Amino acid sequence: MPTVPEEATESWRRLDRRTIYVSALVLAGVAVGAGVPTGIGIAAGNGLGVALAWVLPAAALLVLGGTAADYVRWLKTRYRVGPERAELHTGLLLVKRRSLARERIRNVDLTANPLLRIFGLVSVKIGTGEQRQGGESTLVLNPVTKTEADRLRRELLARESTVDERPGVDGTLARLDPAWIRYAPISFLVPALGLAAGGAVMQVSDWIGIQDGFVRWMIDLFRGFPLVLAILVLAGILLVVGFVGSLALFVEMWWNYHLEREPGGTLRVRRGLLTTRSISLEERRLRGVEVVEPLGVRLAGAARVDAVATGMVQRQEDDKTDNKTLLPAAPKELADHIAAVVLRERKSPTEAAQLIGHPLAARGRRLRWAIGTVVVLVAVLAVLGLLLTDVLLHLAWIAAVLGLPIAVVLAVDAYKSLGHAISGDYLVARAGTVRRATVALQREGVIGWTVKQSIFQRRAGLITLTATTAAGSGGYAVLDAAESEGLAFADEAVPELLGPFLERG
Amino acid sequence: MSGTVRLRPPSNELNPRVVGWWRAQWALTFAVPVAVLVVLGLLISGARFWLLLPAVVLGVIALPFVVLMPLWWYRVHRWEVTDTAVYVRTGYFWQEWRVAPMSRIQTVDTVRGPLEQGFKLATVTVTTASSKGPIKIEGLDHELAADLAQQLTETTQATPGDAT
Repeated sequence: MPTVPEEATESWRRLDRRTIYVSALVLAGVAVGAGVPTGIGIAAGNGLGVALAWVLPAAALLVLGGTAADYVRWLKTRYRVGPERAELHTGLLLVKRRSLARERIRNVDLTANPLLRIFGLVSVKIGTGEQRQGGESTLVLNPVTKTEADRLRRELLARESTVDERPGVDGTLARLDPAWIRYAPISFLVPALGLAAGGAVMQVSDWIGIQDGFVRWMIDLFRGFPLVLAILVLAGILLVVGFVGSLALFVEMWWNYHLEREPGGTLRVRRGLLTTRSISLEERRLRGVEVVEPLGVRLAGAARVDAVATGMVQRQEDDKTDNKTLLPAAPKELADHIAAVVLRERKSPTEAAQLIGHPLAARGRRLRWAIGTVVVLVAVLAVLGLLLTDVLLHLAWIAAVLGLPIAVVLAVDAYKSLGHAISGDYLVARAGTVRRATVALQREGVIGWTVKQSIFQRRAGLITLTATTAAGSGGYAVLDAAESEGLAFADEAVPELLGPFLERG
Repeated sequence: MSGTVRLRPPSNELNPRVVGWWRAQWALTFAVPVAVLVVLGLLISGARFWLLLPAVVLGVIALPFVVLMPLWWYRVHRWEVTDTAVYVRTGYFWQEWRVAPMSRIQTVDTVRGPLEQGFKLATVTVTTASSKGPIKIEGLDHELAADLAQQLTETTQATPGDAT
């Protein structure tokens, strides 16, 4: 960057200088985390002096070098928000200049991890909401002060023209009810978290070189028990760990959750205990909502609300914690209420719609899939059992006895979940049993239709109808609808799109 | 809503040369592993049977793909462009009908792969704002494809809005 006098470009701003301290602290943490085990490892063979001689200079190099690099980055980074464009210039060798047209900016998201929060800093992401890979449509300001971040968010998203005429509530729409935490442990996350924790323990014990000892200690511990009991106890421990982990995760992610509508037509979700997140979503980008009921949550009478909005795809890569979720798992009535409020409807289309069921042939397909899956599994186990060991044969019949009824129940439930309807301005479709989702998609937001039919579907007179859209996952499907009725439905939902290609009679 | 409703097929067929193009594609796909197996089989006398057998099996599997299936696909694949929409029917084992309105089309590309160039064919790819993938019309005569792309581009440019 040429040395332009500050007066000439007074609107150019720098990132907050304290980013250097943050980087130094992060690198120091990395240095300690990597250096201590390495040091112990070297010291075990060569004595403490040698270890320190190796580790300390390396750590110093890492911390000083990294901090210097961040200092240069800070020195070379400037941004400004003009009346027309938001610009970011950065880079020492590879000079990057990015600019976004103000009118196209559609999201300004703020995240602050604990370290940033200590310094009162926030990382800001400004995006145009385009579904483009590589992120050239986003500017990241990492970090600026909290007040500056707030100013940017307000300034960039404030637009007179987007004020919605329809009635709706401004201000807080929902806030965290601590009781919702009861839905956190009823999820497939629990065993997954448990296994992850188990894996982490093994990994760490491997790093510090005590894995063999640890495994031997475990074996000794269970010496007196029969194998099955030992497995059950271990599984129990992992489940408890997963249970606690899911609670902790919920608290971390949803602490201080607020859903609010700001004047100017922006929905804003704020949440997070350690890392705070603020996700702003222009209502103009909203094409509908999805009410999602994972199996466990559904059995508990709860549901989650996701936004179906344009340009949210790319942003999941850096934050896996579902930016599109407007409401975490909460009682079903509340979820429906929030869906309605978010869409500015009196009653949520997901609830108001009288869903049209699908032909019985769809149930047959689901039953065949479910039973087929179990049969294949059992067959594989049985064949391997005949060839290898009796244990697998026992597993095979256990799988058959347990699996078949479960498969049938799930298949029938999956069939019952199927449905589609038109409700006012919305197209509603529901499907799924393990993850039952009811989507309400604005009919205006449908930008195409895909009709798909396999050979089997053709014989059963079924079609899979997908409404393609720029929002959310890009397409929402009506699975296994009756052919004729489904096509008529698509034609009615989005007039004049499919019509010219239909034959009636 | 009485009576049955069905989708009529799009009005245009692909260029008949597409059958040859599909055959060439599949022939090449299968020829590479078959050739490798045959060469190895001839060189390594010890495992000759176990190398030539899969080569023969692959060859037999390839036959319908090279001979019959392209004829069937040719009957299934059809396309149509009206003033308001692009309508395509494709299908190998699943038949698929896709409709995209002109007003939502974002880009129109024409692509010609090396093999396609040999058959004087081209693929027109029409993208919308949906992440569910573009609409492709494969196997058009290359001049027709160029005209079509031109026409589509002009029509879509005349339509305002951000197509989402």
